[in-house]
Amino acid sequence: MIKFFLMVNKQGQTRLSRYYEYMDLHKRTILETEVIKQCLSRSKEQCSFIEYKDFKLVYRQYAALFIVVGINETENEMAVYELIHNFVEVLDKYFSRVSELDVSFLFNQLMKSSCCLRWACNGFKVVPYFDLAVGS
Amino acid sequence: FSPSLASRPPSRLRPAGGLGSFAAKMPAVSKGDGMRGLAVFISDIRNCKSKEAEIKRINKELGYLFISVLVNSNTSRNPTFMGLALHCIANVGSREMAEAFAGEIPKILVAGDTMDSVKQSAALCLLRLYRTSPDLVPMGDWTSRVVHLLNDQHLGVVTAATSLITTLAQKNPDEFKTSVSLAVSRLSRIVTSASTDLQDYTYYFVPAPWLSVKLLRLLQCYPPPDPSARGRLTECLETILNKAQEPPKSKKVQHSNAKNAVLFEAISLIIHHDSEPNLLVRACNQLGQFLQHRETNLRYLALESMCTLASSEFSHEAVKTHIETVINALKTERDVSVRQRAVDLLYAMCDRSNAQQIVAEMLNYLETADYSIREEIVLKVAILAEKYAVDYTWYVDTILNLIRIAGDYVSEEVWYRVIQIVINRDDVQGYAAKTVFEALQAPACHENLVKVGGYILGEFGNLIAGDPRSSPLIQFNLLHSKFHLCSVPTRALLLSTYIKFVNLFPEIKTTIQDVLRSDSQLKNADVELQQRAVEYLRLSTIASTDILATVLEEMPPFPERESSILAKLKKKKGPNTVTDLEETKKERNSDMNGSTEATLVNSTPSPSADLLGLGAAPVTNSFPPPSSSGSLLVDVFSDTSANPASLAPGSEDNFARFVCKNNGVLFENQLLQIGLKSEFRQNLGRMFIFYGNKTSTQFLNFSPTLICSEDLQSNILSFDPTVEGGAQVQQIVNIECISDFMEAPVLNIQFRYGGALQNVSVKLPITLNKFFQPTEMGSQDFFQRWKQLSSPQQEMQNIFKANHPLDTEITKAKIIGFGTALLEDVDPNPANFVGAGIIHTKSSQIGCLMRLEPNLQAQMYRLTLRTSKETVSRRLCELLSEQF
Repeated sequence: MIKFFLMVNKQGQTRLSRYYEYMDLHKRTILETEVIKQCLSRSKEQCSFIEYKDFKLVYRQYAALFIVVGINETENEMAVYELIHNFVEVLDKYFSRVSELDVSFLFNQLMKSSCCLRWACNGFKVVPYFDLAVGS
Repeated sequence: FSPSLASRPPSRLRPAGGLGSFAAKMPAVSKGDGMRGLAVFISDIRNCKSKEAEIKRINKELGYLFISVLVNSNTSRNPTFMGLALHCIANVGSREMAEAFAGEIPKILVAGDTMDSVKQSAALCLLRLYRTSPDLVPMGDWTSRVVHLLNDQHLGVVTAATSLITTLAQKNPDEFKTSVSLAVSRLSRIVTSASTDLQDYTYYFVPAPWLSVKLLRLLQCYPPPDPSARGRLTECLETILNKAQEPPKSKKVQHSNAKNAVLFEAISLIIHHDSEPNLLVRACNQLGQFLQHRETNLRYLALESMCTLASSEFSHEAVKTHIETVINALKTERDVSVRQRAVDLLYAMCDRSNAQQIVAEMLNYLETADYSIREEIVLKVAILAEKYAVDYTWYVDTILNLIRIAGDYVSEEVWYRVIQIVINRDDVQGYAAKTVFEALQAPACHENLVKVGGYILGEFGNLIAGDPRSSPLIQFNLLHSKFHLCSVPTRALLLSTYIKFVNLFPEIKTTIQDVLRSDSQLKNADVELQQRAVEYLRLSTIASTDILATVLEEMPPFPERESSILAKLKKKKGPNTVTDLEETKKERNSDMNGSTEATLVNSTPSPSADLLGLGAAPVTNSFPPPSSSGSLLVDVFSDTSANPASLAPGSEDNFARFVCKNNGVLFENQLLQIGLKSEFRQNLGRMFIFYGNKTSTQFLNFSPTLICSEDLQSNILSFDPTVEGGAQVQQIVNIECISDFMEAPVLNIQFRYGGALQNVSVKLPITLNKFFQPTEMGSQDFFQRWKQLSSPQQEMQNIFKANHPLDTEITKAKIIGFGTALLEDVDPNPANFVGAGIIHTKSSQIGCLMRLEPNLQAQMYRLTLRTSKETVSRRLCELLSEQF
């Protein structure tokens, strides 16, 4: 199960966050700062899966933006790793060469109407591994 | 004209913010307006007394909204609205939502006219509601229809359905077992390139990778399928494995990642089924290749997968072949998570053949390991060392190394365990004493080493006192030099060691007394230390040597009980503990769908309580060492069936063993262990009965009673009727033999365990021969007396088949243990055994002569007993015959 989906930049600002299980607001900020700290301290030789508390983080870096997904043991790590890339490719196609700005300003509007997102993805015939709006 | 609501103060004092203040800002709505519902809603909110009530009211309103969208009118079956409604329900996902909709959504899901996108949303919504409130989602006819969604053409629908079924099947496997064959055929269609199924959904030349992964995950909820589907599945898995070996269709990393995602999940399935040796070995080889791949991600995943593979019997050997690669990974990997996986894999692949090597590597690693993972590694090393120790000196060395390298992370469970084991095994006591003594010489040693060393020297320091380099005074000074550096609990332990030294080494008594007498001890700020110093000092002054020896006698062996180390490791790692072969086999045998319960394991009978006693009747029989120490590590779930009042099964065997020896374990069941230690002199005897509570719950109203014949008088000293869990208590029985007796006394124990009344009865091995006094005599004397006892009533003869192999030394030992003196050079036939002794009773003393003639060829014996009393001859003959 995917616990959360984050897009955080190197300065620690969260551009997108989506939680699929209930978490207090102040805990979220703590989580996000810790997670980005862990990701920033990683080097190239290390793998993209971090064991964090009692679950795992799968992260991928795109320019100055980190996409971090928290998963529990029921998920296949490699599949989620590629899912992140698939997601970025879809955004890329939708926004035509997506950048961090697009994500901060326009994306949130999109997220609110999840039907549109699915439609957008369907349009390119690559349906995401899970429905971002509901998360499973 | 109505005044604006905004100017009206709120109807009650509430912190600002939230919907309440929003409602307060709404324009005034008069009753005549069409927006009646809104008016009602707003007034309800404003009347709410608390935030929770507000939220409930809001959810109720949303609920009405969704119901109208989803269910009621035809016009509202607009797919966009329905999709939105389903999404909102899922996002809120509260229990109230589940209550309202859990019945409705399955219907939407399986209805023929539902649009694909709505079906997808419905499936995911149901999944979400199930996750939060599983009890509110009822199974029904819809389940079989949901299974058919696996064949749907729409990728979104089939993906969502697979996720839903996977979660539901965990708790309701029977409802969804038809999904297995459908999943297999769907997977097969996707994977074989000939098919055109979902061809549009190819990600960098990999067909529908995420759906494939999900289908493979679904199949892991069930055991291997029926032969009809199994062939297809095997073919499919082989195709996936083959593709991994073929040259890649694209240079892009996305292609290989997607391919590998499917591959790893397929391997996971192969391991889970654990039924096709061919596939398992191929999987193992594939993972072996990945172990040395350029990409760290793949090495990480391969190590992780191999851990689970190591626990399968078919592939355990194949996994072991990679040991060098794994050890290398441990040394060279830059990523700590990867190193951790390597450690886990070493732990999983450990067995008797490579235990020493693996433990050595893990110790090496421990020296430089991350602090966060040290404790876990320590626990693992301790478990492996205990489990695979053939030679316990290696075990002792390993634990002492652990303490030296990572003393701070050696928890109590670990060092308690090493002490338990040293005490229970006399063959390693001397070695342990020597090794801790040497280890303590190091200028800076960890406090845990001082604790272990202090305890062991206190018990077994005498075994090395003969060597001038480890004389008593040197031992004491060594320990005392660390005293001031230690914490209070350690100092308390050391004080106990000092008083034990007073008993063991009277020559340094005054030195120790001076230390105890010093102000820093007697007036110590800590109450426990002060008390110990004062009491020990007094004890050393007023007690006679005998009393001191009794009080400070060597600790009896610990009853075999569950090892807390494994429990601690499981607690640390949670349900994903990597376990080794035996553990996983047991877990596999349990319920398939995820609930793991450790199965009952019978612990092997514990070793005898050989104590270096007080110079009482010599212990001549040695006992077989515990057959497998695997049982030490597994949690034993106690079975609370009450034992019948009749003699406990197996007690007969134990009883017979006690005729020629005085110490050992008399009886053991899953709750209780009874050990004995006895000594006899002339017609008197004293027996120490040790009751060990093998469970973690206390026994209440624990009351043993002794029933014996008139000719034997016993005086059983009472004790506390509550026995704590895991505790061992001692009871003393004083015995006097009035006259010769036939029947052994019976010990009957009653107690309450877990609300049920338990009843245990065992025969207590107090037999006539215990009151023997061995009598030496020459050949002439012997035959003279033999002739004197020639009347038929005085003789008892028995010819019987040997129950044990004929061995001279063992026979001699048994005869001596029986109580007679073994007379050499008396019988003209050197193969025969001759003995003599006197039975002491209060009323009389009875001389006894014994002759045992073995027949090696026929594996038989002839035993002749001649005593002045018929009953005595008969009884002794009976007792002795059973021993051979």
